[in-house]
Amino acid sequence: MLREIVVIVLIFGGAIFMALAGLGMLRMPDLFLRMSSSAKAGTLGAGLILMGAAVHFNDFGIYTRAFAIIVFLLLTAPVAAHMIGRAAHFDGVPLWKGTVQDDLKGHYRASTHALESSTIPENDCPATDEDEIPDNSEFDR
Amino acid sequence: MSELIWNLILLILSAGLVFAFIRLARGPYLPDRVIALDLISILAMGFILVYAVRFNQPSFLDVAIILAIISFLGTVAFAYYIERRW
Repeated sequence: MLREIVVIVLIFGGAIFMALAGLGMLRMPDLFLRMSSSAKAGTLGAGLILMGAAVHFNDFGIYTRAFAIIVFLLLTAPVAAHMIGRAAHFDGVPLWKGTVQDDLKGHYRASTHALESSTIPENDCPATDEDEIPDNSEFDR
Repeated sequence: MSELIWNLILLILSAGLVFAFIRLARGPYLPDRVIALDLISILAMGFILVYAVRFNQPSFLDVAIILAIISFLGTVAFAYYIERRW
């Protein structure tokens, strides 16, 4: 009985966090904020649901499998988010208009795709869409 | 009572899926769609796990492992494509 309650609490919390990740994906103003909501809340929700499943089955094999999936998610979610964020910044996806500072601007070299600490000359920077505001969702490419 | 809670959990997960799908349809850029797709696969993993617990079928955890691996590989492949396409 107690285990049943623990399982339901864990899975319910995980479902709430996953739905919040979806809500952040819908409501956040630009790509990078959306990415932060989906990578963090989504991973936490999946981890909580996995813990609930492991407690429910209460078997050594299931505990091992759930632990393996949680470690895998914790390892791969930041890597995937970093790769997408890097590619999107390189591709010139505009930031939210309320963004204060863009530290990466002018540090990517377009010809080698490398990030350098010195400022890159203007003609080797990747093209950015300065005048596009991300709220105009009709724009697609 | 327990039945109601399980239905509520599935309803909450469905709401997240609908939100992610709206972002997948609206864009506006390709990376937005890619992260929406990534979140949809994570949510599908959550659905499968809830189903496994609800109907007491432990073999569905293997499906969750495969889904996690596939979604990571898909996101990495999309990231390579976005960065190198010009």
